[in-house]
Amino acid sequence: MKKYLIRRLLQLIPVLFIITFVVFVLVYLAGDPVSLMLPEDASEEDREALREALGLNEPFLYQYFHFLGDLISGDFGTSFRYSQEALPLVLERLPATFELAAASMLVAIVLAIPLGIFSARKRNSFVDLFITGGSVLGKAMPNFWLGIMLILMLAVNYQIFPVSGRGTFVHLVLPAITLGTGVAAEMTRLIRSSMLEILHQDYIRTAKSKGVSDTLVIFKHAFRNSLIPVVTITSLQISHLVSGALITETVFSWPGLGQLLVQAVNGRDMAVVQAAVFVIAILVIVINLITDLVYRLLDPRINYS
Amino acid sequence: MEVNIKTNSLADANNCIAKSKQSSLWRWPKLLLQSKTGTVGFLIVFVVVFVAVFADSLAPHNPAANNLGDMLKPPAWLDGGTSAYLLGTDNLGRDILSRIILGTRVSLLVGIFSVVVAGIIGILIGILAGYYGGLIDNILMRIVDSFLAIPSILFILVVLAVFEPSIMVLIIVIGFTNWVTYARVVRGEVLSIKEREFVKASKSIGTRNGIIMLKHIFPNIISSFIVISTLSVATTIILEASLSFLGLGIQPPEISWGGMLTDGRNYLATNWWLVTFPGIAITVTVLGIIFLGDWLRDVLDPRTQGRK
Repeated sequence: MKKYLIRRLLQLIPVLFIITFVVFVLVYLAGDPVSLMLPEDASEEDREALREALGLNEPFLYQYFHFLGDLISGDFGTSFRYSQEALPLVLERLPATFELAAASMLVAIVLAIPLGIFSARKRNSFVDLFITGGSVLGKAMPNFWLGIMLILMLAVNYQIFPVSGRGTFVHLVLPAITLGTGVAAEMTRLIRSSMLEILHQDYIRTAKSKGVSDTLVIFKHAFRNSLIPVVTITSLQISHLVSGALITETVFSWPGLGQLLVQAVNGRDMAVVQAAVFVIAILVIVINLITDLVYRLLDPRINYS
Repeated sequence: MEVNIKTNSLADANNCIAKSKQSSLWRWPKLLLQSKTGTVGFLIVFVVVFVAVFADSLAPHNPAANNLGDMLKPPAWLDGGTSAYLLGTDNLGRDILSRIILGTRVSLLVGIFSVVVAGIIGILIGILAGYYGGLIDNILMRIVDSFLAIPSILFILVVLAVFEPSIMVLIIVIGFTNWVTYARVVRGEVLSIKEREFVKASKSIGTRNGIIMLKHIFPNIISSFIVISTLSVATTIILEASLSFLGLGIQPPEISWGGMLTDGRNYLATNWWLVTFPGIAITVTVLGIIFLGDWLRDVLDPRTQGRK
């Protein structure tokens, strides 16, 4: 276990290296930030002085390692737009994003588990068809459009929920449903197929032949085992959750990391873009590592090598 | 007598070949009609492609023409709607139906060509890694893992922060971030294909590696490529719409479904049709592609057969 963990952590080194390199090359290619930082009428000497001060005249590799050094000390530079350090700006948005992500995962799980089990048990029935169809529709529908439609129906036509913003519980409902249903669509499908596979296993038949009640078989024997793939699915959904959060936060003006990143990209605020990208990337990597470990704890058949 | 039998059996054989040729030609439509969702998917995709190709002649109005006299007309079946504008008009009096018709182009262009870019890179790297193995494989797969470790949307956003977005930039950036999926799948396939007899036989008679990869391995991975790429066109269309909606993708005056949703959002409270119809267009298109892709997977991938 310990060995495995160390190996996984070592594997992260090339990942982080590649991410930093790609981002650095892109920013390097973006060209001279000096013209953005100085007023239009700045003299050529001023520009040259700033370039020198920023180290832009140094060779490529030198600049890259310098950039790496800055990253390690948490220095992503200063935001043009907010005239503030980029990293604290990003970190202060985290609670809002965590709140939305947790609520959406909750919506997804509450929807997907019963629907998935139910449609697996009533396989090929009308209800199964309805649930499967719904999950395909959920996949085909763009997340943000669902959000807009929910706003249209439940915030504009019937003013049950606020249109946007964060604060009370009611503010959370529509964004969480928007983001959660997209995840739930995929989850339902996977829980269904994982349940179907398990219901054919010998131990289920044994339990049934012993006269164990149907409900008990489902919840005690089948469902527990179907959770194993669900944990992996959850980690696969992280990517989905991240891109979904970017856009859901923008649709609902939810003051999270996603909204900040989208605004920064629109405003070419590179320091914030870099800080947000790194913070999200590290979060995703950590979450994936944790789910991987949980997965291994749940299923002792998997070895650590 | 002897001769007679021989010619007879020869004729039989010829007949057989002719029949099997005919049946292989008829196999596809037959297989398609066996699946309801496959047929629906095929029809939707066919219509969308048709609309995209003939968009200019199909659009009833000039999609870019402002017509301030006809601002925010509701769809034809509502009070105040006219049959001239079937799905109503937007805040500049532009016909929504015509804009949706023209919008198919951007969606399909980005969806299809980014998959082509991703496919070319992914297949190339996947074949090289799987065929040669060893150090090359190790390095290439480390790169693939790194790309898979973080959501590709992050790379895309960094690129869009640096370069001015356009159809070309979107195609390239989405292609360059999605190749990893193909590389992974292709590598896995190649690992098993290269152990098969025909590859070993070809090697033993001294065929060059390049020729083996091109003539023996490549044709055997096409079917899995088709399956993944079809479904990936669907996700790319949603991605493009999302980026355009955020103002990071296709820029006006270029018409895109995502962009129409951005424009329409400001009129949400009063004019629901601006945001409703482009969204339906995206959903139906993506649904069609998913149906077609699922059908293709069932037909082309022997592993999923009978496991439904």
